[in-house]
This record gives sequence, structure tokens and C-alpha cells, in this order.
Amino acid sequence: MASLGDLERSVMDLLWDSAEPLTANDLRDALAARGTDAKELAVTTVLTVLARLEKKGLVARERSTRPHRYTASSSREDHTVGLLNDALGTAQDREAVLARFIGGISADEAVSLRAILDSVKTV
Amino acid sequence: MLLTSYFLAALAIVLAWPTPLALSKAKWTARAPVAAVLLWQAIALGGGLSMIGSMLVWGLTPLGNDLISALHAGWLLATGDPSVNFPGVIHLFALSTAFLFAMHLVLTLVRASWRTTRQRAKHRHLLRLLSNPSQTRPNTLVLDHDLPVAYCVPGFNGSVTVLSRGLLTQLSADEQRGVIAHESSHLDQRHDFLILAFTAWHEALPWLPTSRLSLEAVRQLIEMLADDKALEVVTRPVLLRAIVGVASSIAPAKTSQDSAMGLAGEIVGMPGGEVSSRRLQRLLSPVAPLSGFQNFVVLSCTVLLLVCPTILLIAPRLLSW
Repeated sequence: MASLGDLERSVMDLLWDSAEPLTANDLRDALAARGTDAKELAVTTVLTVLARLEKKGLVARERSTRPHRYTASSSREDHTVGLLNDALGTAQDREAVLARFIGGISADEAVSLRAILDSVKTV
Repeated sequence: MLLTSYFLAALAIVLAWPTPLALSKAKWTARAPVAAVLLWQAIALGGGLSMIGSMLVWGLTPLGNDLISALHAGWLLATGDPSVNFPGVIHLFALSTAFLFAMHLVLTLVRASWRTTRQRAKHRHLLRLLSNPSQTRPNTLVLDHDLPVAYCVPGFNGSVTVLSRGLLTQLSADEQRGVIAHESSHLDQRHDFLILAFTAWHEALPWLPTSRLSLEAVRQLIEMLADDKALEVVTRPVLLRAIVGVASSIAPAKTSQDSAMGLAGEIVGMPGGEVSSRRLQRLLSPVAPLSGFQNFVVLSCTVLLLVCPTILLIAPRLLSW
């Protein structure tokens, strides 16, 4: 049986890759089709995972239909950019992630450094 | 007791203002980042200790000749023993201030660590959804993005290094090794605790300009430490090329975003296009590390800064003779 974390990931992957909102049943079938131990997967488990993801703000639920349909609240790319913002210290929470490799080096410095390195190379 | 409290107060002032100012300007720190980081910690700890200590000792002066007897008398007073004289409102005020200030420092640290832990947990959760484990390297995740980025997320149960696909495609194998050595030394040496402590120190005393100076200085020093570790694996030009490769593709995107926000603590390149950050300067023109004797002097200062206030607190009568 896959762990809850792995399931969260599989569910998010399906939602990100899907053009349309999906129901829990759709998701369970898609997971089963992937063949990763998901044959015994109950719809309630998928619903639990979806509820967790919704609570974390990763998934949006359409309540107008029955059964409810789910979409990813923002794209994979947006989330990746969010992570990079954390990492580069452009987000408010600078200390969340330590040590960007280029910590404290400006664009101007990078340019002049490159010039210095190039001049060394040609000598 | 009285003389001790004055001495501690003087020490607190020296450690709060002139010393950090001088140290942040000192050039030798780039030659001995390890000793410099230790000294910064001693200044912060010794400063906090003497700030609290001076108020505590002064407040206890009417109650006894040394800390132990004064605390004992204070306890008797609190339990309602009529034989102890009431020390007076001003002294009680000093005692309360010492207590509140100590609590303030501790609580700020607790709050900062709690916040950091939560942010990291959130970040890790997203990483779990978005990144893939590296095929070739342990404890490394690969993030699918073109910007060349490398960073590390420290944690109690397993720290991870995160590399972007852009980093793996745009940097040569050697340059990658340099970047990864740099990142893993941050993790191995637990630099996140240092940053956390100095961030909390700055948050607790935002009105003290030197608390920001120390945070910035420590940030730079740990980068130097990590660079030194990376230089054990790759040569200087390789590491510099890696830094340039990463910095020049990220920095433009970054500055356009940040120009409005005015990113605090970022070192701005000088108008003439010179390389101003000390981290780069020491990579470009290597300086000899401090000699054994110089290192000894710095370490002695470090130890003295911690030992002096502690001893004076425990045995304040040393100064009355």
C-alpha cells in the first residue's frame, strides 16, 4: 500500500495533468490504471487525500455538482516558482530555506566577475 | 555588587554598539571565517548576558553581597520573612526588567524557530509533490525548472539538497560538484541554527542597528565557510565559474522583481562594476589565513567574552576588592 504522501503526489499529478475537473471516482480509476498497488484503493481513501490537499490549499472543490469535482488550485509551474522564491529569498520568509548558492551576489557583480574570469581565460 | 553591575552595564554597551560595528568592518574576518563566526556568537551571547546581568545584579544589590546570598534573601522576602528589608521600588523595577528582557529573548527565539520549522515543513511538502529524487546523488531532489538553482532545506529528520534541472544542464560536472559541496557543508555544519539564532537576536532587538549588522556578517561568513569546503573538492576558477553561472542567470530576474521591494541585506554592486562582496573578493584574490598566534588571540577574546560576564554574575564580589 502506497503511503499517504505518495498518494498525495499521484493525485496532484493527475489533477495537474488533467484538463478538466475530476471526481474522486475518476481519480481512483486513474490511480488503478497506473497499476501502483492501487487496485484495493477505496474511494474514501482518495477522498481523505483530497480533503487533506484541499485543507493545504492545493486543491479546489466544485461543490455545485454531485459528486464533487476537484481541480488543482494552481499549476505545477506556479508552485515551482513559489518554491524558488522561497529559495532565492525573494519571498518574505527568507530564512525558511538556507543558503542559496549565490547568496548576496548582485547582477552587476556577476557581470563584472564574468568579465574578470573571461580575461583570465584568454591570457 | 554595585561595581559589578556597573562593569556589566559597560560591557553590555560596548558589546551592543562599538564592538559589532568594528567587527563588521574588520578585514581579517575573511581570513578566518570560523574564528569570526565564533566571535560573533560570543559577542551576542556575552552582550545579552551582561545586559541581563547588570540589571539583575544592580536590582539585587540591597539584598546581599553576592548573587547567592542576594537570591536567598530575595526568596525569604518573597515568602514573607520580616527580617529582610524591602529593597525599594527602583531595585524591584530593575529586577523585573531583567526578568522581562530575558523572557523576551527566549520567547523570540522560540517563536522564530517555530515559524521556521513550519515554513520548512510547508516547503518540504511542496517539494515532495513537485520534485524527483536524484538518480545519482543521495538526499538530493531535482526540481523541474530552467533557472539554475541550488539550495538546501535543513531538518531534524533528514536534510535535503535541492538542485534545479537548469543547474544540471547549464553547469559542467565540475561546477556542479562545487555547488553541491558548498550546499552540503551548510547542512553538515548546521549553519541554519546560526542563522536562526541571529535572526531571532535581530527580531528581539530591531532597534539595535548592530543586530542587523551581525546577522548580515554571519550570513556572509557562512557562505565563506561553505566556499572553503567547496574548494576542497574543486579548484578556485571552477567554483567562481559556478557562482557566475548561477548568479548571472538568476540575478536579472531577481532584480527586476526586487527593485520595487528593495531586498534587505542584499549587497549591491558598486557603480563602477567592481566586485564588492567580500565572499567574491576572497575567491578572486586569495588571502592567507590568520597565523596561529592571531587565531589564538581571537579565540581568547571569544572565550573571555563568555567567561567574564558569567564569572561576574556568579561571584560579583570579585570586583569589590
